Amino acid sequence: MSIPTELKYTPSHEWIRVEADGSITIGITQHAQELLGDMVYVEAPAVGRSLNAGEECAVVESVKAAADVYAPVSGTVTANNSELDSSPEAINSAPYDAWIFKMQPADASAVASLLDAAAYQAVVDSEAH
Amino acid sequence: MLIFERSHPSRRNAAQAPQAMAAVNIPAALLRKTAPLLPEASEMDVVRHYTNLSQKNFSIDTHFYPLGSCTMKYNPRACNTLAMLPNFLARHPLAPAHTGQGVLACLYDLQEILKEVTGMAGVSLMPMAGAQGEFAGIAMIQAYHASRGDTARTEIIVPDAAHGTNPATAVMCGYKVREIPTNADGDVDLDALRAAVGPQTAGLMLTNPSTLGVFETHIEDIKHIIHDAGGLLYYDGANLNAILGKVKPGDMGFDVIHSNLHKTFATPHGGGGPGAGAVGVAARLLPFLPLPVVAKLPSPTSGRGVGGEGAVEYRYLTEADLPLSIGHLSAFTGNIGVLLRAYIYAKMLGADGMHRVAEFATLNANYLMAELQKVGYRIAFPQRRASHEFIVSCKPLKDATGISAMDVAKRLLDKGYHPPTTYFPMLVPECLLIEPTETESKETLDAFVAAMKEIWDEAHATPDLVKGAPYSQPVRRLDDVKAARELDLTWKA
Amino acid sequence: MPFIPHTSQDVSSMLASIGVAEIDALFDEIPAHLKSGSLTALGAGLNEMQVARLMRDRAAQDTPLLNFIGAGAYEHHIPAAVWELATRGEFYSAYTPYQAEASQGTLQVLYEYQTMMASLTGMDVSNASLYDGASGLAEAMLMAVRAHKTSRRILVPATVSPFYRSTARSIVKLQDIELVEIPYDRATGTVDMAALAQHAGTDFAALVIPQPNFFGALEDVDALTNWAHANGGLAIALVNPLSLALLKPAGLWGDNPHPNPLPGGEGTNAALRAPVGADIAVGDGQPLGAPLSSGGSYFGFMCCKQALVRQMPGRIIGRTVDLDGKQGFTLTLQAREQHIRRAKATSNICSNQGLMVTAATIFMSLLGQDGLRRVAAASHQNSQRLAALASGIAGVSVLFNTPTFHETVLQLPKPVAEVLANMANAGILGGYDLSADYPELGNALLVCATETKTEEDLQQFVASLQAAIA
Repeated sequence: MSIPTELKYTPSHEWIRVEADGSITIGITQHAQELLGDMVYVEAPAVGRSLNAGEECAVVESVKAAADVYAPVSGTVTANNSELDSSPEAINSAPYDAWIFKMQPADASAVASLLDAAAYQAVVDSEAH
Repeated sequence: MLIFERSHPSRRNAAQAPQAMAAVNIPAALLRKTAPLLPEASEMDVVRHYTNLSQKNFSIDTHFYPLGSCTMKYNPRACNTLAMLPNFLARHPLAPAHTGQGVLACLYDLQEILKEVTGMAGVSLMPMAGAQGEFAGIAMIQAYHASRGDTARTEIIVPDAAHGTNPATAVMCGYKVREIPTNADGDVDLDALRAAVGPQTAGLMLTNPSTLGVFETHIEDIKHIIHDAGGLLYYDGANLNAILGKVKPGDMGFDVIHSNLHKTFATPHGGGGPGAGAVGVAARLLPFLPLPVVAKLPSPTSGRGVGGEGAVEYRYLTEADLPLSIGHLSAFTGNIGVLLRAYIYAKMLGADGMHRVAEFATLNANYLMAELQKVGYRIAFPQRRASHEFIVSCKPLKDATGISAMDVAKRLLDKGYHPPTTYFPMLVPECLLIEPTETESKETLDAFVAAMKEIWDEAHATPDLVKGAPYSQPVRRLDDVKAARELDLTWKA
Repeated sequence: MPFIPHTSQDVSSMLASIGVAEIDALFDEIPAHLKSGSLTALGAGLNEMQVARLMRDRAAQDTPLLNFIGAGAYEHHIPAAVWELATRGEFYSAYTPYQAEASQGTLQVLYEYQTMMASLTGMDVSNASLYDGASGLAEAMLMAVRAHKTSRRILVPATVSPFYRSTARSIVKLQDIELVEIPYDRATGTVDMAALAQHAGTDFAALVIPQPNFFGALEDVDALTNWAHANGGLAIALVNPLSLALLKPAGLWGDNPHPNPLPGGEGTNAALRAPVGADIAVGDGQPLGAPLSSGGSYFGFMCCKQALVRQMPGRIIGRTVDLDGKQGFTLTLQAREQHIRRAKATSNICSNQGLMVTAATIFMSLLGQDGLRRVAAASHQNSQRLAALASGIAGVSVLFNTPTFHETVLQLPKPVAEVLANMANAGILGGYDLSADYPELGNALLVCATETKTEEDLQQFVASLQAAIA
């Protein structure tokens, strides 16, 4: 499977896209959605909520599993994707389009230290063993 | 067809309700304006409907039910008949103790029986299911540490193989959960345990034999590690049937236990409950037992005991007797009807019968394990004895044929067997957790092995046939994704 | 051997297949010194005839008296078909319906049950049961705290059953949830609205609203629900399901929608803004077909608004289709539950009270909407009649001037314990003595007369009360 090189990643399988205005958009990776299976529900954080890096802030739920989504960096939630309320399966069909929430990072430099595609590939490979 | 679809406006059962519609003296603002959606059907319609529905179930009374970790043994009919004697059913929970000396005597005796077979110093019968027994147990551990002013203990340790109820219980009791891994033999990883304990350790929750179907051979090392760290040892009695009459949890060093009477003591599962999760404790936890506990008083105070001269009298102990108790877990006194059934079962078994439970449950499990291994199924821990249950991993079968544990399970329905527990414990991929219980005959086990052999052959010859199973049930495989995405939880007219 | 079918030939051939000489060898991984000796106290096993004799003797020591106690457990007629059907082996000895294809019977019963309970309570959804009403109230409190997200305080009127308050406290206190008692009005026996108003503007997750309350009195549920919502909390309805055949369903209480959104409510969960009505309804299902049985088994029910469904504890059944498009039923929303969510589950509950729910579903089907209303109305009328007759006795009066459902508090001229002991000698359980839980009420007796009581029974109660007081 191909891991988009323009995105950043976390070891807990979130992807992060840095937008032109310095905000970031967060979703879960292709690998994560495969592990979870058919998505049935997404609970995203409220707009305005302030998050610390690594804080549990969203839940993605399939029939047989549920997983927490963690804030990749500290910051404030600026948007959440209400389309996932009615079509959570978008995460299965297009995980890199089906964003869950957006944040304004407290410290822009924190984003740079997230994993790149190659490093994330290594995380996925190590889990296969 | 749903019962609502058998309903006809204004049809009613004249025999079941008061003849007259009484006057209601309640202000209109407090009354309901429209009738609730309840069926309007005749008695015979209702009886046929639910009789027909019952026939859409597998049950112990109709099928072999080797559901791992659930102990689906025969539920003796005498236990039901005698627990439903009219006087037992009629008594109000707040009626005075002298009007309930019969039921209280049964409960007291059951407490004593459980004390003996588990090796604990005291028992409370009040928890209404295994999970509530766990809650009571961990709440007692919390109360014990708190009573000593030891408030630094904030963690409960749980092996990764544990039932989900264990970590969920620890959280309900305000604890953080620390998981520890299992080694290749299915035992707790002792090094990891040593590294995990400390002044923050309130206790360890352990199922033994574990959910992996093996006896924890280092139980005494575990006991020392936990006790040396100042923690307490909790026994999850989900698998007590494996050692009933053979090993007592109290002798293994456990400080607090729960026992699922709906497993080990043959009370019915009732399509989900009610159960009973009696708890037993070592002496140091006696003051914290959940209320009420039944006491036997040698010198009756009311003069209304049983047996005339020299009579004894039974009564409930309350807050006044046990001021440090963790308190009440139900409005009244737990699942009395289940407790009576367990008592009757224990009395029918007696000491000898109790010893044989673990022996024959273990014999059946080891026999089934040996026979399934001969068919070709991969046993998860072949180097170990099975306890009363064991695990088959369908991973090699899936790799070879594409047939998963779920497919095997569904195909078993077509062969007339309830499937084993699937995909638990999660540590073993594609697992079937198989528990035959002591009440099944060799012929039943042999027939089950033959069915598993047929499925093995079908998996290799006609895998699509297996993947499409079941074919013989009221429905085929259900769309769980649709059920969760498009919630339909109530019928609408 | 009781319930073990093995012949000695079976045993030897099975041992041979395993490759051991004797059964004891199967326990060779267990340290020898841990193996227990004989079970001396247990005694020899009894056969069915012997155990039947024992249990009949024990049952004979339970002396049923003419019962006027309610206080959370109510004597009602149970149609014969209810337990005939519920104890069929196919229901009685089935497990939790994890294998949906082989459990359509149980699953459909539970789906029908959910429909009936949701309709009775006027809520959107129901779970498949909790242990009992009191532990169910504790679960409702935990659920309210999860949904509210910012407060861990629950307002609990003193008119909620003391048994329920005590149980709820045992269960929720370990999660640092504070239960704040709201006093009642001594004239009405209902929540003191002025005292409640003092909590306006304070932080609380929910207000518990009992209907009828422990005194049998009917609360002003509309005002209480509105107050809870206006002040940023959820409304937890604690209801007797039988009373709902007559009374306004919890889902329609009040007319003041939730603050929008709830404090701390998540953006995508804006559906938390429920329209009118209580947010959660719980109670004990015992009046629906469970015999008194010295206290159990009963069952707890829980219903809620759609928006809160993912916060519900316990099993939930959904309707779906199979591979061929045929209707079928299955456990759903399991990701809330302990077997998947483990430490983050909504509750640790696993086993529920399935068989009691099966009985309740059959009970409600047999009575139907008309029959349930007749039972409720007759119970109401009998308790009114009892109160009228009793208050004709010199020195006895009805304590509260408030409408009731089927229980009433009587003020007696003598200590209640003494009166009850005298009545018991005459074969009557005269009611529940309130003086320990509510000492401020003096000699107060809670009495209940359901549809099971005849005019003769009521007269007998009055004669016995009169004699006990004299």
